[in-house]
Amino acid sequence: MKRTFLALLAGAALFCGLLTGCGSGGNPPEQEAAHADELYVGIAQDLDSLDPHKMVAAGTKEIMFNVFEGLVKPAPSGDLLPALAENWTISEDRLAYTFRLRPGVKFHNGAIVTAADVVYSLERASGTSGAADIVTVDALSNITAMETPDEMTVILRLAEPSNEFLSYLTAAVIPADYDQQDTAPVGTGPFRFVSRTAQESVVLERFDDYWGGAAALKTVTCRVIENADSILMSLQSGAVDLFAHLTITQAQQLTADFAIEQGAMNLVQALYLNNAVEPFNDVRVRQALCYAVDKQAIIDLAFDGFGFPIGSSMYPAFSKYFDDALTDYYPHDTEKAKELLAAAGYPDGFSMTITVPSNYQPHIDTAQVIVEQLKEVGVRAEILPVEWETWLSETYTGRNFESTVIGVDASTMTARALLERFTSTAGNNFINYNNEAYDNLFQQAQACTDDDEQTEVYRAMERNLTENAANVYIQDMADLLAVRHGLAGVRFYPIYVLDLYGLHWES
Amino acid sequence: MKYAFRRLSALLLTMFLVSLCTFAAFSGISGSAAEARLGTQATPERVAALREELGLNRPFAVRYAEWLSGFATGNLGDSLTYRQNVGGLLRDKVLVSLLLSGMSFALIVLCSIPLSLLVVRWAGTPLDVAHTLLNQFCMSVPPFFTGLLLSWVFGVALHWFTPGAFPGLSRTGDALRFLLFPAVAIAVPRTAMTVRMLRGTLLRELNRDYVRTAISRGSDRSSVLRRHVLKNALTPTVAFLAQMMAEIVAGVIVVEQVFGVPGLGRMLVVSISNRDYPVVQAIVVILAFWVVASNTVADLINVRIDPRLADI
Repeated sequence: MKRTFLALLAGAALFCGLLTGCGSGGNPPEQEAAHADELYVGIAQDLDSLDPHKMVAAGTKEIMFNVFEGLVKPAPSGDLLPALAENWTISEDRLAYTFRLRPGVKFHNGAIVTAADVVYSLERASGTSGAADIVTVDALSNITAMETPDEMTVILRLAEPSNEFLSYLTAAVIPADYDQQDTAPVGTGPFRFVSRTAQESVVLERFDDYWGGAAALKTVTCRVIENADSILMSLQSGAVDLFAHLTITQAQQLTADFAIEQGAMNLVQALYLNNAVEPFNDVRVRQALCYAVDKQAIIDLAFDGFGFPIGSSMYPAFSKYFDDALTDYYPHDTEKAKELLAAAGYPDGFSMTITVPSNYQPHIDTAQVIVEQLKEVGVRAEILPVEWETWLSETYTGRNFESTVIGVDASTMTARALLERFTSTAGNNFINYNNEAYDNLFQQAQACTDDDEQTEVYRAMERNLTENAANVYIQDMADLLAVRHGLAGVRFYPIYVLDLYGLHWES
Repeated sequence: MKYAFRRLSALLLTMFLVSLCTFAAFSGISGSAAEARLGTQATPERVAALREELGLNRPFAVRYAEWLSGFATGNLGDSLTYRQNVGGLLRDKVLVSLLLSGMSFALIVLCSIPLSLLVVRWAGTPLDVAHTLLNQFCMSVPPFFTGLLLSWVFGVALHWFTPGAFPGLSRTGDALRFLLFPAVAIAVPRTAMTVRMLRGTLLRELNRDYVRTAISRGSDRSSVLRRHVLKNALTPTVAFLAQMMAEIVAGVIVVEQVFGVPGLGRMLVVSISNRDYPVVQAIVVILAFWVVASNTVADLINVRIDPRLADI
């Protein structure tokens, strides 16, 4: 027994010694980081789909932006650049678009992009063919016919003229009849998909035949890091070199090895009100809440001053449509709020619930400040944290809520993407906004032939939302990006993407 | 033989009940894989179409029977989120989690037995107080906190490993070194518990008549401790350690997230929120098997040590 005892002790010592001992030897390979052409990017959630036409999560499109392209692609300025289409002409009546494809563009599988691929992709994205979980781009239903006079020309014929039609042609072009997009996606972007391990990582590799010239980075590994503490640790330990969408607190803890770049999230964060339930069906109550909530105080208290106050469903990066005059339409005024509440029949205020998805700390923080601000006008708000899936099914799809704090994004670079949802018949009008004038303005905007005129109508729609206090608008949240020193070429876009193409290590 | 048969049927029954309960729970909670998949793009029509495509509209019993027959033939079905076979999806993650559990368990056994033999000698001395305090402290530190601490000290400050950058099982040496740190985080409170338990058992045994007899016959105290007392204390300890296995599994799920270990833990949490029931079913059954199997092994060991236990 004595020998057994000694053996046990020796075993324990050996076991620990063996494993920790070798730790003092060479460093793990990641420590010799700053490889000239490798990059580790931290992402806070795994990709929800690899198929470009099935992606829902903003975080997925953000990364796969580098793998897929459409006929046109967005530029950091918000303009549209020619991508797979080298050039295009629009007919006099604006009902026919003729695209000349860029010659010799290759898919990641080596095949040449032809007009047939474009037709297949647009049909698939518009939902006329394919699976039930394709996120249909409704605007593409405007296409009545697609013609391919030759392999490199596509003519799209529209039912009605539309100034925004081109923006929807950012929809990914994929090889015709390739059925493995779910697991092995193929596109034309500067990076090709290599592999993914669920909840662990996604590996992309430079596509050497990219039509715009090969990217500087050779491999980009996106590591899925969900835990807030681990995010900081992974940056500081060298596991990742770049992490977007950090909180202020996280960013402040990172200084030495990182530059913090500030952009905007491009979200409309607001206290969204269910316009169909009492007391929010009364415009005076909604206006009272707008007066009672001090957005600058929210930004100062919960976001350390980082954020861009807004007054309608539009964010500043869309400079063409953004109307700054609406931002302070309802200055913070508790007396005015009380008067309006009294006029609406609530002199002593009322009780309400604010539903918040519990996995989004910024929204919870915002709701907490709002609760305090509403107390000053006698409104007793209570925060109801719910799981994200419950929020989606009950609040968003089910529309079973009083108010909720959330950020709404734009799926394409158009005003329509943000404003169409508040028309009374829109399937995603989760606040049940029902305003005839607004619906008419939307119809008018769709019929506009002149771009300036259309911009004015969209601005009128924003004004309508503000005047009727559809929601209590708060801010476009600041987007903080930690970038390891030496990495250059970060570009911000007015939509939610992380462009890897221009990134490179400086020696 | 009859004993082994009894244990085996208990194992199968447990796994069956666990899978049935999980399946039932998914029918009870709000939201489905269809809503989770469509996110903010969800409209009632799209949800209905996708539910149809994923086969979520069929009755509970039909879906469960289908899952069960698939499981019996070794087909775990396809993940609703990842659109690939659950078997391939989980294989590496199961190995990583089992490896981590195994390492934690080995650390607990290897550290707690010598340590408890040491502290038993301290009984009644001032060192005993120090031990009690330290033991209480280690027992009350939650593994995720130890995990954060270890990551900062050995990861960020000393660079002995890179938290968040698991090297993968193909690089076995690096993987083992990485996993040692989470294993320590899991093992610390449980080693303390085991030492406390073993110390109590040993002290109880030491007060028995046979010990007094042995010492009075001239054997020295420490050889009695190792030769007789430890053997008698072994049975309750083995049972205790088997219980520990269930707790280690729970600890693994938490600690994996702190260190960024790509094991079953995060997969389980995420799949629950995605309502991806084929994945959750598979993980839950694997975990249940692991816990029940380790209890069975412990019982079998105990029967070998003391054959009388087989009749109970």
